[in-house]
Amino acid sequence: MILPVRAAAVGVITLALNGCATEGGTALPPGEGHLNGAIVVFAAASLTDSFTTIAGSFGEENPGVRVTLNFGGSTGLAAGILAGAPADLFAAASSETMRAVSDAGLAVEPTVFARNFLAIAVPEGNPAGITGLADFADPAKRIALCAPRVPCGAAAARVLDAAGINAVPDTLEEDVRAALTKVELGEVDAALVYRTDVLAADARVDGIELRQAAGAGNDYSITRLSDARNPRAAAAFATYVLGPKAQDLLGEAGFEID
Amino acid sequence: MLWIPAGLALAFLVLPIVALVLEVPWERLLELLSAPEVGTSLALSLVSAVLATALSLLFGVPLAWVLARSGAWPVIVRRLLRALVTVPLVLPPVVGGIALLLLLGRRGLLGQYLDAWFDVQIPFTMAAVVIAETFVAMPFLVLAVEGALRAADRRYEDVAALLGASRWVVFWRITLPLIAPGVAAGAVLCFARALGEFGATITFAGNFPGVTQTMPLSAYLALQTNPDAAYALSLVLLTVSIAVLVSLRDRWVAGVTT
Repeated sequence: MILPVRAAAVGVITLALNGCATEGGTALPPGEGHLNGAIVVFAAASLTDSFTTIAGSFGEENPGVRVTLNFGGSTGLAAGILAGAPADLFAAASSETMRAVSDAGLAVEPTVFARNFLAIAVPEGNPAGITGLADFADPAKRIALCAPRVPCGAAAARVLDAAGINAVPDTLEEDVRAALTKVELGEVDAALVYRTDVLAADARVDGIELRQAAGAGNDYSITRLSDARNPRAAAAFATYVLGPKAQDLLGEAGFEID
Repeated sequence: MLWIPAGLALAFLVLPIVALVLEVPWERLLELLSAPEVGTSLALSLVSAVLATALSLLFGVPLAWVLARSGAWPVIVRRLLRALVTVPLVLPPVVGGIALLLLLGRRGLLGQYLDAWFDVQIPFTMAAVVIAETFVAMPFLVLAVEGALRAADRRYEDVAALLGASRWVVFWRITLPLIAPGVAAGAVLCFARALGEFGATITFAGNFPGVTQTMPLSAYLALQTNPDAAYALSLVLLTVSIAVLVSLRDRWVAGVTT
C-alpha cells in the first residue's frame, strides 16, 4: 500500500482569506489589480515557513485570491507537475529541478528569487559533539542526509565530495524537512539541511554554518506554469515573491537575496 | 438496476491495475529488474516480511488463543482487549510509525533506556523494519487465528484432556492441527501486509538502500526520477499479491470471517 506520506505529514495548507473581497467596491477595471480566484503553488519543502508567511501577506493585499500551498521535495513536485498535477506556480530549490520542468516546456519565465546554503543541523546542545563535516564519515555517528535526487541531497553530495569526505549516512530522507525532523526528534546526531531550516527549528536544533564550503549554495527559482488555470493571479504571486516585502521575509528567514 | 453501480465498482477496482500493467515497459522489464538495487530491496523486503510473519506467529497465535478463550471474562475486558488488538489494523501506518518512534526511538519511552543502558538504537536498522511490519501485520494473523479457534470443535480438546493430556500437549497436538488452515491463512495475509508496508517503515526505520529501503519505498521513490523502474517494481509487488491471493483461495472466507 502506498500512501502520500508528505501530504499526511506536512499537509496542504490552505489560506482561506476570501470573504472580505470588495465586490464592486473598487473602481479598478478588470485586468488591473483586481485579482480573484484560486492559485496552487508547489514549493520546495525548505520554503515551508517563508512561503506560508509570504502567501499570507499576499492574501492580505489580494483578498480575492485564495492561495493553496503544497510543499515537498522539489524533485517529487517536478515529477508531479510533469505528470499533470494542477499547479499554477512552481518554486524549486535548485536549478536542476526547475530545468526538469522548463525542459518540458511548462515553465513561463523561471526567475531566481533567493539563494540558500547548506548547514549542519544537530539536536539542541549537540549531544554527539559534532564539529564539522568530518563527523559525517564516522560510522558511530547517526547521520541523516537528503536523498541524492532532491536538491538538498545533491548539494550535500557536492559539499561532501568537494571536502573529500566519504559520508556514511543512516538514512536518506525524501526532503529536507524530513531530515530536519530526524534531528529535532534527536534520532540522528547530525544532518545536512539548509541554514534556513536550522533557523526555522531554532528551539530544538543547533546549527553549524557551511557557508564557505564549496558547492554549499542552491539557487531557488519560481515560475508560472504554462498551463496555469489562473495565469493572472499566478503572475502576480511570482512578481510578489520577487518584490521587496517577500524578499525581506526571505532575508529574515536566512535566505540570501540580492 | 444494481448492475450499473456494481459494474462501476468493479471497474473502479480493476482499471487502475489494468492501467499499471499496460504502462509496464515489458521490453525493458528484465533490464530494469536486474538493477542491483532492485535485488537488494526485494531481498530485504522478503527477509523482513518473513521475519515479521515469524514474530507474528510466535506471539500472535498465543494472543489469539487468549482472545478466543476469554469467554468467561467480563464483557468490557474482552471488548477492550479486542479493540486494542484491532487498533493497528485501522490506524494509518504513518501514525503507527510515529508511535513506534516515540516508544523505541532514541529519546522514546523505552528507547532512551535501550540507548543509555545497552547502547542499542533501533531506528534506521533492519530490526526497525521488522518491528514496523510486525506492528502493522500481526493483527491480521491474530484475528484470522482467533476466528479459526472459535470455529474449531472444542470437544476434541476436552477428550484429550480427559485422557490425561496436559494443556500444552492438548494445544500442540490437538488445537494447533485443528486450526492449521486458519493459521496458514493468517500467516499469508500477515506476510502480504508486511511486504507492502510503507508508512510505518519510512517513518520509523527511515530509508537507506540495503538496510531499510524495502520494495514499496523503492517504488515510491523511483516514481520521482525513474517512473519506468517504479512501474516495474509495482508489477513485482502486484505479482506477489496475486500469488498470495491464489494461495489463499477460499481460506479467506473460512479463516477470517466468523
